[in-house]
Amino acid sequence: MERIISVALVGNPNCGKTSLFNALTGLNQKVSNFPGTTVEKKMGETMLSDTVKLQIIDLPGTYSLYPKSADELVTYEILRNKSETNFPDLVVFIADASNLKRNLLLFTQVCDLGVPAILALNMLDVAERRGISYNLEALSEALQVPVIPINARKRIGVEPIKQTILERLPKAHAAFYSIDHLSQEMLAELGKVSDKRNAYAALQYAINAKELISEKSLRIKEIFTQYQFDARQFQEEEVFARYHLIDAAVKKSRIQAQDNLKKSITKRVDAVLTHRFYGIGIFLVLMFLIFQAVFSWSTYPMELVENAFAFLSEYVKNALPQGVLNDLLVQGVLAGLSGVIVFLPQIIVLFFFIAILEDIGYMARVGFIMDRVMRPFGMNGKSIVPLISGMACAVPSIMASRSIENKRERLITILVIPLMSCSARLPVYALLISIFIPDTAVWGPFNIHGLVLMLMYLIGFVAALLSAWIFKHFIKSAQQNYFLMELPGYKLPLPGNLLITLYEKASAFVVGAGKIIIAVSVILWVLASTGPRDKMNAVAQKYEQHMAQLNETEKNEALLGGLNLQRDADFLEASYAGQFGKFIEPAIRPLGFDWKIGIALLTSMAAREVFVGTMSTIYSVSGADDNLHSIRAAMLSETNTQTGKPSYSLATVFSLLLFYAFALQCISTVAIVRKETGGSKWAIIQFVYLTVLAYGSSFLVYQLFG
Amino acid sequence: MNLSEIKLGQHAIVRKVNGDILALKLFEMGMLPGETVELENIAPFGDPIAIRVGESKLCLRLEDAAHVEIELH
Repeated sequence: MERIISVALVGNPNCGKTSLFNALTGLNQKVSNFPGTTVEKKMGETMLSDTVKLQIIDLPGTYSLYPKSADELVTYEILRNKSETNFPDLVVFIADASNLKRNLLLFTQVCDLGVPAILALNMLDVAERRGISYNLEALSEALQVPVIPINARKRIGVEPIKQTILERLPKAHAAFYSIDHLSQEMLAELGKVSDKRNAYAALQYAINAKELISEKSLRIKEIFTQYQFDARQFQEEEVFARYHLIDAAVKKSRIQAQDNLKKSITKRVDAVLTHRFYGIGIFLVLMFLIFQAVFSWSTYPMELVENAFAFLSEYVKNALPQGVLNDLLVQGVLAGLSGVIVFLPQIIVLFFFIAILEDIGYMARVGFIMDRVMRPFGMNGKSIVPLISGMACAVPSIMASRSIENKRERLITILVIPLMSCSARLPVYALLISIFIPDTAVWGPFNIHGLVLMLMYLIGFVAALLSAWIFKHFIKSAQQNYFLMELPGYKLPLPGNLLITLYEKASAFVVGAGKIIIAVSVILWVLASTGPRDKMNAVAQKYEQHMAQLNETEKNEALLGGLNLQRDADFLEASYAGQFGKFIEPAIRPLGFDWKIGIALLTSMAAREVFVGTMSTIYSVSGADDNLHSIRAAMLSETNTQTGKPSYSLATVFSLLLFYAFALQCISTVAIVRKETGGSKWAIIQFVYLTVLAYGSSFLVYQLFG
Repeated sequence: MNLSEIKLGQHAIVRKVNGDILALKLFEMGMLPGETVELENIAPFGDPIAIRVGESKLCLRLEDAAHVEIELH
């Protein structure tokens, strides 16, 4: 019989939890989609022996068990409640040896909750470089727990940890901090309200829960008043007492060679990276390089993907017998998929840079530099990382906003994140920009496409700031506002961690987007190739009659002259999809959109990137084959049947670009906002304001320049 | 004197931290009375500031730093 042991990895932020998690599980983890830091639990597993399986939960980093932000709350919720399904058998506490005292504060709190724990001491090499080392036996003796030296980055100590877990599950620790001095009656009363493992856990729960509005919090406040208990005072005493205990334990085990306080590298690097001129300059140059990398340097892998799909389409087309299935696969599924998978290289490149900057510790500096800039807009420096990751994908970014303590600043950040141009818009921008703007190199590897793209991102960013500024005046908060953030020491990024992150992003994109795209492509193909019988028959008849009147030479000439294309276009117009596009055309004509764009708008309501897939499906259905160049060619030669002018005038393209820059066409975003804000209210408000903004600005642009 | 008035490179000792949640959070992050602090960096727009305390480097706004009473070394 297989036995399962579950452990949770707990520790301060940046102590190496995720590195250890990756070292323990490898790729054996559930794919999740977060930028850089962990804000939600992550599950993985490994075998301890032939019969024992180890389940590992990686938890968001926290400084104490009095959570102050939503990500810290995730960790607290799992550790506090024994009946929670993810409650661990054992906590592997990862402590940064170069900052041991502060790390041990949380450790003693976790132990006092009554969860068995072992201590994994990480970054001993960093401590050693500062002239500090530890007698691990003395430390283990002082803390009464097994202490295992590890180097999560070099994967040293993984086996000893597994062995310790397997050999003996430690018993729960005797309390570090005793609360015997408090009124026993009060603790008994609190125990009734919160029903926790021990008195400390009950009190801690009461202090955390009294802030929430519920029947429990009322009762808790009553009890506190009755026994004249000052929670703030207690917490302060608790922290001081714990530090006192920790000081004693650390003193017994610390071996300090000499006061080797050489000026920290961090300080010198920060002097440049946060400098008032160089700092801002470096930030802007980095952003610019990332855009260039995403837009111009990823064209080579993109061409590879494109060619692979062209080859695959050809192969399927010839291998399968002619018929409905063949058409569906080639013109529906493959055309839709290739239109989107082709952008995988760009998404990987973007996430690659974000992950590297996060790993190095640079993103925290960006928060430091930008806090003053973000403040007038009702946000803070911590909003920057979610906003920048919003350029990759809004969904994980909205989750990343959990690290923002202030509820109001977090809400404003969430509301404006979708205005940051995410990678799903890249395909749309790429297609539209390439239609009208020549691909001229400006200087070396930089080209004008990259610059225009950067402008689109800038428009999104400015719109995000302005919307935030407006929201600031409507959303009020009674919460005390403060901004406190740790600037972690600089680290070299770990290739292994990077690869795992990229693998996660890539598979989340392919699986997540792929599912929607295949479904939408298939439905769209069906709707575009079938239609009301009378209308479809009318088109068929018209061309039959026309053909019947011609002799052989005329027929060939007509076919060469694009008669087939004309017929296919007429069929599309008669199809259900065409009928629908026609139906909504009056509403979108003021924006400069025709019924074909109408179809694409509709299908991309679920996910923006479907626009390109839809365009390829529509134009593939009406004759062209499926690659970017041919969609582009088909769109360029398209004429508006009513005006006789080209369908894609410059004004139409700009109107479309703006519409896609602002509109919230992403079901996943709506769903995650609902979840993170705890209700439909803000999700609806967000959807409405973004739709109004998109329609309004497209309308203005087309009316002014059309 | 309080922490918002410290100059670049100056060292000081924390005497008292006022404020509610902010004070607790600062204590938890190691900014305790008696600890030595140093102003290491100032953000480009003059605010926030980066303070070294023990082995941690914390970023805080001037308005928050004003809650920390210090005494220069």
